Amino acid sequence: MLADKDRIFTNLYGFHDWHLAGARARGAWDNTKAILERGPDAIIDEMKKSGLRGRGGAGFPTGLKWSFMPKEVKDRPHYLVVNADESEPGTCKDRDIMRHDPHLLVEGCLVAGFSMRAHAGYIYVRGEFYNEAQHLEAAIREAYEAGLIGKNACGSGWDFDLYVHRGAGAYICGEETALLESLEGKKGMPRLKPPFPAGAGLYGCPTTVNNVESIAVAPTILRRGASWFSSFGRPNNTGTKLFCISGHVNKPCNVEEAMSIPMRELIEKHAGGVRGGWDNLLAVIPGGASVPLLPKEICDTVLMDFDALRDQKSGLGTAAVIVMDKSTDIVKAIARLSYFYKHESCGQCTPCREGTGWMWRVMERMVVGDARIEEIDALEDVTKQVEGHTICALGDAAAWPIQGLIRHFRPEMERRIRAHTRQLAAE
Amino acid sequence: MAMITADPKDVPQVASFAFTSEYLEKAKALIAKYPQGRQASAVIGVLDLAQRQQGWLPRVAMDEVAKLLDMAPIRVYEIATFYTMFQLRPKGKYLLQVCTTTPCWLRGSDGVMKACREAADGETFSVQEVECLGGCVNAPVVQINDDFYEDLDEASMRKLLDAFRRGEIPKPGPQVDRQASAPAGGPTTLKGE
Repeated sequence: MLADKDRIFTNLYGFHDWHLAGARARGAWDNTKAILERGPDAIIDEMKKSGLRGRGGAGFPTGLKWSFMPKEVKDRPHYLVVNADESEPGTCKDRDIMRHDPHLLVEGCLVAGFSMRAHAGYIYVRGEFYNEAQHLEAAIREAYEAGLIGKNACGSGWDFDLYVHRGAGAYICGEETALLESLEGKKGMPRLKPPFPAGAGLYGCPTTVNNVESIAVAPTILRRGASWFSSFGRPNNTGTKLFCISGHVNKPCNVEEAMSIPMRELIEKHAGGVRGGWDNLLAVIPGGASVPLLPKEICDTVLMDFDALRDQKSGLGTAAVIVMDKSTDIVKAIARLSYFYKHESCGQCTPCREGTGWMWRVMERMVVGDARIEEIDALEDVTKQVEGHTICALGDAAAWPIQGLIRHFRPEMERRIRAHTRQLAAE
Repeated sequence: MAMITADPKDVPQVASFAFTSEYLEKAKALIAKYPQGRQASAVIGVLDLAQRQQGWLPRVAMDEVAKLLDMAPIRVYEIATFYTMFQLRPKGKYLLQVCTTTPCWLRGSDGVMKACREAADGETFSVQEVECLGGCVNAPVVQINDDFYEDLDEASMRKLLDAFRRGEIPKPGPQVDRQASAPAGGPTTLKGE
């Protein structure tokens, strides 16, 4: 188990003071100037060496992403944008960072902004997180007053302004280009890429969008060194990670653990185990609603990291572990996610706009078995037609949970259809 | 599915809308966050202010926001109808936004929703089914105005509603004995200072 001394989010649960004084006592803002004095290239290099992969779901290497920003500021200013639109079902880790350790995020913004030569950063917080945004605003005010950000931030000679921008309810704004559209005052509809944000992002200027957790861990990585961070987890899957364990466990919770921890250990050590014991486990969605579920046989041994879960045709996503015990109506659980994606589709691309509604309606019939066996194949076929045929990944995200269900629980779907057919025949 | 429109026909007519000086100051502070000429970036925030002042978002308020931000009114209507937090109809004093997405559903949001639906009278309480609120390890979650009430079940939801009816504001957060997102019974980590 990860030792407390190696945890980055030492006020995850809010037992201690989240204000500047408390954050400083926990090590935040400790000689940030010295970090900045290393220069952008050295900072980015250290981030690359740490192996940190984006914590928002896609797992793209953070240091590499930062390095895509132009090396010189020309006619257009650079922007850092932080994605705090946390809305992936199962995920509630960024909320804890913002309400209990906001200074880790503020300091991370300065370091990241500086290294990508940005003088301004926007943190896009989902609208529902009203109180969390208040904490963040307060932390930013404290940082300004202490000279940590603003003009000559931390005495580094670099000016850096940071703003909180609240959303108003739209899952799609967690997609980085939809987020940028929303930040510009438009509907959150994803943009075609290229151009990528590093070339033309916010207001058409070079922009990097990072998840809250990716930014908040940066100062600690830079202070303690890439080799410290990369000593946790397996190669290509390094570091510590916030896990959210929800659903049918005895004690749902958030916890920071080492990457590559076995799923079973994570659930049993921190979340009090599966309700009714491990053998009562039916399936787990290991990385937020968008990734395919895994049946118990795989959960018995699978490791919680990008590569191990990808090898099982699922994904680490946001590391939101949704546990379902044997009492779960598994088809209904996935049908509810299909409704979610139908509700959240922005409507821009036809395969997603029409496909999410169609898939949901078929899934609702699958719940009661009001279908023909062949329709399972038709459903799977449609998921494949949606997947990869839309501007953003919401179409994929709507397709994958259904594909996972069919892959692992097709017999259950067929059983319902047969039972329903028999019942109709009997009537 | 009901049409989402900026100008529903079945809502009370509001003749005019103007920001109070207090809200206008807040709106200006929001606009100042963005570069010159990019005031449209503030549209979500300024609409939210209008909604806070009025209690909901009538079309005349959207028009006022459009004027303030120098935007075409249709661009503001688009925003008001795209984002789900904008209330295009009057609401009760307490808006119960019940999350029923899978993590909350697994832990009994059906019972919580039942209690809320029974309480909804349009005056004290309005109820809405919402998608994932982002408090999944404290499921089921209900957002009441700006606050999250967590770890609910049907019985504790009814208790909460009774407290609101009595004019109290119950303490937000977990409604069982636990600290934020830590496991019930105390954390497994970070136990020392």
